Amino acid sequence: MRRLIASIFACLIAAPLWAAENVTTFELENGLEAVVIEDHRAPVVVHMLWYRAGAADEPPGKSGIAHFLEHLLFKATENLESGEFSEIVEANGGRDNAFTSWDYTGYFQRVAADRLELMMQMEADRMRNIRLTEEDIVTERDVILEERNQRTDSDPGALFGEQRRAAQYLNHPYGIPIIGWRHEMEELDMEDALDFYRTFYAPNNAVLVVAGDVDPAEVEELAKKHYGPLEPTPGLGQRFRPQEPPQLSERRLIYEDPRVAQPYVIRTYLAPERDPGDQEKAAALTMLAEVLGGSSATSVLGRALQVDTNRAVYSSAFYSGVNYDDTTFGLVIVPTPDYTLAEAEAELDKEVAKFLETGVDPEQLERVKTQIRASLIYAQDDVGGTARKYGAALTSGLTVEDVRAWPGLLKAVTEEDIMAAAREIFERQNAVTGWYRKPQTETETVEVSQ
Amino acid sequence: MIRFACILALTLVAALPARAAVDILEVTSPGGITAWLVEERSIPFTALEVRFKGGASLDRSGKRGAMNLMTGLLEEGAGDLDATEFATARESLAASFGFDVSDDSVSISAEFLTENRDEALALLKLAITQPSFDAVALERVRGQVLSIIASDQKDPNHLAREAFDLAAFGDHPYGSAIEGTAESVAALTADDMRTAHSDALALDRVIIGAVGDISPEELGRVLDELLGDLSASGAPMPDRAAYQLGGGKTVVPFDTPQSVAVFGHEGIVRDDPDFFAAYILNEILGGGGFGSRLMDEVREKRGLTYGVGSYLLPYEHGSLYLGQVASSNDRVAQAIDVIKDEWRKMAEEGVTEEELERAKTYLTGAYPLRFDGNAPIARILTGMQFQDLPISYIATRNDNVNAVTLDDIKRVAARILRPDDLHFVVVGQPEGLETTN
Repeated sequence: MRRLIASIFACLIAAPLWAAENVTTFELENGLEAVVIEDHRAPVVVHMLWYRAGAADEPPGKSGIAHFLEHLLFKATENLESGEFSEIVEANGGRDNAFTSWDYTGYFQRVAADRLELMMQMEADRMRNIRLTEEDIVTERDVILEERNQRTDSDPGALFGEQRRAAQYLNHPYGIPIIGWRHEMEELDMEDALDFYRTFYAPNNAVLVVAGDVDPAEVEELAKKHYGPLEPTPGLGQRFRPQEPPQLSERRLIYEDPRVAQPYVIRTYLAPERDPGDQEKAAALTMLAEVLGGSSATSVLGRALQVDTNRAVYSSAFYSGVNYDDTTFGLVIVPTPDYTLAEAEAELDKEVAKFLETGVDPEQLERVKTQIRASLIYAQDDVGGTARKYGAALTSGLTVEDVRAWPGLLKAVTEEDIMAAAREIFERQNAVTGWYRKPQTETETVEVSQ
Repeated sequence: MIRFACILALTLVAALPARAAVDILEVTSPGGITAWLVEERSIPFTALEVRFKGGASLDRSGKRGAMNLMTGLLEEGAGDLDATEFATARESLAASFGFDVSDDSVSISAEFLTENRDEALALLKLAITQPSFDAVALERVRGQVLSIIASDQKDPNHLAREAFDLAAFGDHPYGSAIEGTAESVAALTADDMRTAHSDALALDRVIIGAVGDISPEELGRVLDELLGDLSASGAPMPDRAAYQLGGGKTVVPFDTPQSVAVFGHEGIVRDDPDFFAAYILNEILGGGGFGSRLMDEVREKRGLTYGVGSYLLPYEHGSLYLGQVASSNDRVAQAIDVIKDEWRKMAEEGVTEEELERAKTYLTGAYPLRFDGNAPIARILTGMQFQDLPISYIATRNDNVNAVTLDDIKRVAARILRPDDLHFVVVGQPEGLETTN
């Protein structure tokens, strides 16, 4: 009945532009936090469980264990056979999968809304009850090694990215790849997996996100029933990772690979991330990336390098503030064949310097804000996207209030805020600059060094 | 062991899949343009999908890549607006426009707010009906396409598929990449773009799906305005693509630690009466889930790969049944042997009753989950029309899946799985594999 009335009103009055998402929260006594996002247009639910543990929480020398464990969670538990979890999801017409990042590991299923309880029952079961065999370890380790083959070793761009991250973070584990360094992956064993599991897979280290055709009170009842009885890990304090020392000199690297077809220059500056209750600087950096290198056709770099002149095939500025520790602000230029990488880098620097002189075009800023405002309308059509947004934020140190405040903070960013952020971020001593190219013949090398 | 038996039994008994409650209305505009509409008023925006049959396979002889380049240029200047002015106008309206081309169609995907719908569609109309193809934009986008072509030539996945398509379809457009070659793209002119545009974007081949905050009357009016200026007819459709490849192996040497294999043989067309049975059959053999036979045998039991799968590719003018696997150079031969065995086993024995039931439960349960947003539903509406499915298809689709019997599967398995015709194109440095003649 409630639903019917709601839909009648939706027809009569246009939704206000700043419509609040249908988001509610609760917390269980054992520390499990939960977010419920309502969307009653289709009888579907997304059930996600996020752990505040990712590749940056691994012990030294055990790179890849967070991701390896993610694979192993599809093996047996005390109540299910190996592979049965996904079989049951599929037998109920659903799909499931999982993902690992530096700051979190997440598991999700998309199913008909009336199967939510079954999903919770199984997800709660594997939070504390996995049962691994030596054969699981050996076979699945081969699978992750093939995954590394496929995603990293077969892709020179991915190898370059791995080298650049390692150069960016001297001390912080963000410098270690999520998939792991091959020589360490080959040695990962059962004890490594179980140590990580027993420490971090606990209700007081997890965030439940349920999105779709659900009633928040019912979700809370079901969560109490299935997640409520789970024992928390005692003494799980704040996450602490080794932090970066002040960077005193620019780091530069050249990655050469015969498989490179399109050379490019990419530079990343160490940058502050979104912190709880303190997101203003991150908001200014977000708007800076958008204004400087968001759209190819209308951003400062896109216009100067790709449209008004033909110096680049592609250029961009990028920044993502959802990170537990320091993140990066990046610039990239993919030059047209007429430009060497040295020239391309110089052209990029020239345009950034020009921007620091001329400042922000107020009309462009207004357009960016118009799109942010509209994105709140479009986002109502993508409940899965909203679920991922909350899950990533809450496992990266942010709160529900921070997520809610974010669009308003973006809207409040001024031209002056953006320029102040730009002047602060573009410090070359704080940067890693990488060149990505084919192995050079002698003449090419001479040209480049001039 | 299975302590969930109780709740499982309950849910299986109650496992009537959620219904995809989508009311589609066929709308005919005053000017005679037909569209399928789902009115969904809860969010003040509309998703509009406009699809033209034909696509990259309409490339004229010697002009491979023309449709792809033309499609890429649609948003790069139109009417009096250059590329920047066009993008500026679109951003000011907070609308999004996507332009995409595939073997068999050119697709335009738009999302726009109710508050400025007419302005957004007036802008989109410029891109569809009056693209400039000016010299500066042409060179810029040509450069981007050439960069993509160069990168593809270093990508083992692309190389494997390219070699398979060429061997399978030869000179037919399906036999080469839609981007064209560096040579063919370098030679394309603005005149070629105008020809491609009038060949591809015409009213005799347009299919439309709309979902969102718009009435049938409003939709009819805006469609006449948006598309009414297009010409009545475009280029004739291409000939049927004859499949030319026999069983065997082709090794393409490439310096990489892991080999990529694309494998398959001729497939089955979409309007074949056995298509549903073939679709279920493939779901069990190598479909998207973790539980397929190929995933189970190659990944779960042996750890030979991170991913393996198979899929039916019913084109408009031909068909393929393909699969793909990546495995390290020293183990790919073993992976291929396992795949061949599974292919033969299923061709000879079909599937088990339990596998069939599981696949049906999955496919019927998963179907309603596809209808999860205005844009996805708009794409489903054009997809249905593209395949000449009736407007009532959604309501009967799960019944069609459930009607397939074990005998149907056995018969179709013997018909469409042809282990002796399997051809493997392997890109890498595979140990113990050589090209067969």
